[in-house]
Amino acid sequence: MALPPATTPGPAAAPRLRLSWGAVVPGLLLLAALAFPVLFRLPYHRDVVIKLYLYAMLAQAWNILAGYCGQVSLGHAVFFGTGAYASSVLQTAWGGNPWVGLAVGVVIAVALSQVIGYPCFRLRGHYFAIATIAVGEIVHTLAINWEFIGGARGLTLPIRPDALADFQFATAKYPYYYIILSLLILCLLVSWRIERTRLGYYLRAIKEDADAAQSVGVPITKYKLIAMAVSAAFVAAGGTFYAQYVLYIDPDSVLPLNLSILICVLAVIGGVGTLWGPLVGAAVLIPLSEFTRVKFGGTGSAVDLLVYGALLTLVAVFQPTGLVGLVQRLRRR
Amino acid sequence: MLSLPSAEVLVQGVLNGVLMGCIYALIAAGLSLIFGLMEIVNFAHGEFLMLGMYTAFWMYTLFALDPLLSVPICGATLFGLGWLTHKGIIRRILGAPMLAQIFATFGLGIFLRALAQFLWTPDFRQVSNPWIQGPVRILGISVGLPQLVSSLASLLAFGFLYWFITRTETGAALEATAEDRQAAALMGIDTERMFSLGWGIGSACVGVAGAFLAMFFYVFPYVGSLFALLAYVIVALGGFGSVQGSLAAGIIVGVIEVVGGLLIAPAFKYVAVFLLYLIVVLIRPQGLFGKF
Repeated sequence: MALPPATTPGPAAAPRLRLSWGAVVPGLLLLAALAFPVLFRLPYHRDVVIKLYLYAMLAQAWNILAGYCGQVSLGHAVFFGTGAYASSVLQTAWGGNPWVGLAVGVVIAVALSQVIGYPCFRLRGHYFAIATIAVGEIVHTLAINWEFIGGARGLTLPIRPDALADFQFATAKYPYYYIILSLLILCLLVSWRIERTRLGYYLRAIKEDADAAQSVGVPITKYKLIAMAVSAAFVAAGGTFYAQYVLYIDPDSVLPLNLSILICVLAVIGGVGTLWGPLVGAAVLIPLSEFTRVKFGGTGSAVDLLVYGALLTLVAVFQPTGLVGLVQRLRRR
Repeated sequence: MLSLPSAEVLVQGVLNGVLMGCIYALIAAGLSLIFGLMEIVNFAHGEFLMLGMYTAFWMYTLFALDPLLSVPICGATLFGLGWLTHKGIIRRILGAPMLAQIFATFGLGIFLRALAQFLWTPDFRQVSNPWIQGPVRILGISVGLPQLVSSLASLLAFGFLYWFITRTETGAALEATAEDRQAAALMGIDTERMFSLGWGIGSACVGVAGAFLAMFFYVFPYVGSLFALLAYVIVALGGFGSVQGSLAAGIIVGVIEVVGGLLIAPAFKYVAVFLLYLIVVLIRPQGLFGKF
């Protein structure tokens, strides 16, 4: 191979990949994922995997904006909270349907992403990252002090019998599993499409050198906004899912800076800017965090964060392409 | 909703804001120095501050050393930490993509915070009986003595920093390295050493600030996050790399915080600060005093 693509798989590498990995591995993974609830019947196991899919989906959505387009958002919890609150308030205040709430949440989050993105995209690099932290903290504080949406006490959703129409499956649980799996697959498919279309090339051009991209005629703000909208839509859907799954939300569970951070950590450790990175990151770290929580008890001792932090620094310094990049490097040997 | 506070309360609030602003400015100056030198934001800056505060707290608890006396110890400890951070991490990511640069220090911050919680529990600690405590009255306005002393000391440290950068040979070498890395290297300046020194001094700033903060603020693993957030805002407001800009911006933020809290509601004081920041960087992305 004359030209090894550094961070992004170029079109030259695609045909060979498609034969070996590209079709077989995702197919097997999908089969395993579909069969999982049949094989594992303990609620605990299902809960861990549901969380894994949820966070993988969030990290995947973040990756569209940060990984492909290079705009590091440290405020993605805003969109998660938007989705969670939109559907919950719709139900508690007006007796609406959660599926309608999901759609409403996505629409509001997309609108919000444009309102936040349009001014903030004038900022480059570190400045943009800091601005998104500020936006996240503003929204968090507003939610704590907004009595209509429950303030700091949060919102408890009315518990209903299991029904698809009500988006509640408290006794069976497995429908939650298939819903979040579908969302994850949809998000992966969208990322996959983006990688292979003009949009994906534009985004990566903006990431590599925004000025150069602009000078050859890429409308950079427009494409950043598109990436942000797609990203926000999926994260908001994840927020609605979380609210329906846990049936209780408050600003500290759906809007904290820590959630925004966790989303990035998963994507970066797995492999930022790659299709499989966020899923790999979640598949490694979410069970690890559950394990340490069981082993060391609660989050009080912060063992999971200790590991996350150390891994994040090590990956950033020694393996910037993440676990996926590491595997690719080993395979090339 | 808007209720106007009395003139006396407002004056007192503004004065307190100015005092806190001086301390914020010292914290932000360290961040700004590092950014100006190598265009890297230290996302673990708040955690460095937290370690500075814990150093002062443990010196007091274990050796009965007042925070005022442990100022040099905290400064030196953090200088060492900053130096090591550059040697161990930053040196390796200078040419790396922005994502790697952000997450290298970001991960360090998460790690240090979790380490503090793991070693010393999430409890809120406090230096129970420091030498300097209680309020004083100046011209009929009541201010906290620790705040007053801390802000004066911060100004002193600030003056020292300014003197060091503008009047000493090493400071000139630092400035030259910040201006143009390659040209400085051609002039025989050991830029590698300058970077380490910059990280050391930048971190020593929060060590000093931490010792003073420990006199009147609770010490806990997450204490750095709030101050770091304000420091980013101050640095962006003042202009990245502009040490003087941080002083002006620090005081502005201190005042906005208090006045915003008085005019709207205490819960919204940081909303006022962050909104001001967003408005300023949108109008002037380089900050109030930034050159680029």
